[in-house]
Amino acid sequence: MEKINYKRSEPRLMKGNEALAESAIRADLDAYFGYPITPQSEILEYFEEQIPIRHGKVLQAESEVASINMVYGAAGAGARVMTSSSSPGVSLMQEGISYIASAQLPCLVVNVVRGGPGLGTIQPSQGDYFQAVKGGGHGDYHLIVLAPATVQEMADFVFDAFRLAEEYRCPAMILSDGALGQMMEKVELIEEGQFPKRNFSWATTGKPATRERNIITSLFIEPEKMEGINYDLQAKYAKIQKNEVRYELVETDDADIILVAFGLSARICQKTIELAREKGIKLGLIRPITLYPFPTNIIKEFADKAKFFLVVEMNAGQMVEDVALAVNGKKPVYYKGRMGGMIPTPEEVLVEVENIIAKQSEEKR
Amino acid sequence: MLKANEIIFAGFGGQGVLSMGQIIAYAAMIEKKEVSWMPSYGPEMRGGTANCTVIVSNEKINSPIVSRFDSAIILNQPSLDKFEPAMKPGGILIYEKTCLVNLPTRTDIECYGVPAIEEAVKLNKKQVANMIILGFFLAKRPLLEHENVLKALKKVLPERHHHMIPVNEQALEVGRKLAGEMVLA
Repeated sequence: MEKINYKRSEPRLMKGNEALAESAIRADLDAYFGYPITPQSEILEYFEEQIPIRHGKVLQAESEVASINMVYGAAGAGARVMTSSSSPGVSLMQEGISYIASAQLPCLVVNVVRGGPGLGTIQPSQGDYFQAVKGGGHGDYHLIVLAPATVQEMADFVFDAFRLAEEYRCPAMILSDGALGQMMEKVELIEEGQFPKRNFSWATTGKPATRERNIITSLFIEPEKMEGINYDLQAKYAKIQKNEVRYELVETDDADIILVAFGLSARICQKTIELAREKGIKLGLIRPITLYPFPTNIIKEFADKAKFFLVVEMNAGQMVEDVALAVNGKKPVYYKGRMGGMIPTPEEVLVEVENIIAKQSEEKR
Repeated sequence: MLKANEIIFAGFGGQGVLSMGQIIAYAAMIEKKEVSWMPSYGPEMRGGTANCTVIVSNEKINSPIVSRFDSAIILNQPSLDKFEPAMKPGGILIYEKTCLVNLPTRTDIECYGVPAIEEAVKLNKKQVANMIILGFFLAKRPLLEHENVLKALKKVLPERHHHMIPVNEQALEVGRKLAGEMVLA
């Protein structure tokens, strides 16, 4: 994925949710539609406060179902548009997201994940990984999914998400969690006026005499036609997988054990690496930044060097399946995690690493 | 200074626990240090207790969630029960004297009971007890320049309360003075 050097403002201390919202305004957002839910209500609140005195449109819809369909409409008209919610609310949006993917429209959906299933808890979780990367709604589609690990990335990924969404005409998602939304960190925001709008030839902006009507729909009754749409979508996903994979490697050069984690879990793992190295255990981390497209190839490469992989997640073990697919049986792949809004501690992860090492050396004997 | 200082502020909602953490966080940012501020926002907050973890560091902060602390500011009994065992040896634990029934027992950390509420009442402003504790803490652990703490105070205090800045500054000063008088036995 290309990296752009934007001009940035002086550092500020901001909550993840607020930094994301401020960044969206600076990305020249045309419209936001949303419905409040903890732990992401600050996003809506920030827009309600700022957009009326700056630029754009903001509306608190009557529900998440309404929000996503408003996004669908605005995206069809070529607007730069987004919504945000937390897990139960994002579940309600799935039908609309599937329609948007089928109609091939750009938009941004932010999920500040909380513990589930059900209404669950308002504490942070990564339990919506499957929903985010495997489609979530019905039919064969994907979102481009970005996983921030810092407040800085909460802000920056708004630009990346819109850029990718508009380039590929594909809805994008920022998959965050309650902790990243609520915590404050230093952030250097991208300054306004550096992210021009594109001219979309497909947008329904009113029919001039010079061209045919633009029609936006996800309904194609003839199966031949619908299969054609599916081929188009799959070709697009192949291109995204080829060009847009993004990840970070932390202390992997000399590592013989590889942790794989995204978002907040990845930061916890970095502390585990520090603790482990004090004890002489050489841990490294692969942090997927794009969860879709998934960084399969780099994990595959490390399958030759690493003794084993440990996937750390705030769920019952979801990304571990994608890691295991990439490793393809070459080395053992283990999972360590907490669920339902609990967060694994760095020490807890280290104990798991030590237990696996002990188990492995026992098996050798 | 340590490479990083991992601090927990804990007490009941309304005691100014989150603002204390915010002041440290803003002051650290003014000094171009790395900083993270992680509040509790869950059931414990709705049940009346609140806490926040603040990390101030000279290096990039990896995990904003830590389970062991260098410093603790404790304003109620449940918080002491929860966080005293989580202190690193050599750490500092500061508590409001009248808020606890059972006092801390660890001998491998520095513990100070500060009569912050009593002193705040003397200033005719019970609400600044937290600032007395904060002044005390920053005198014992000079992580940040005093002038930057004052700048941070102006950031954290909503504008409608800016007429209260002098009494908050006074409270910080009272805390610093108490810290000078109080040495470990």
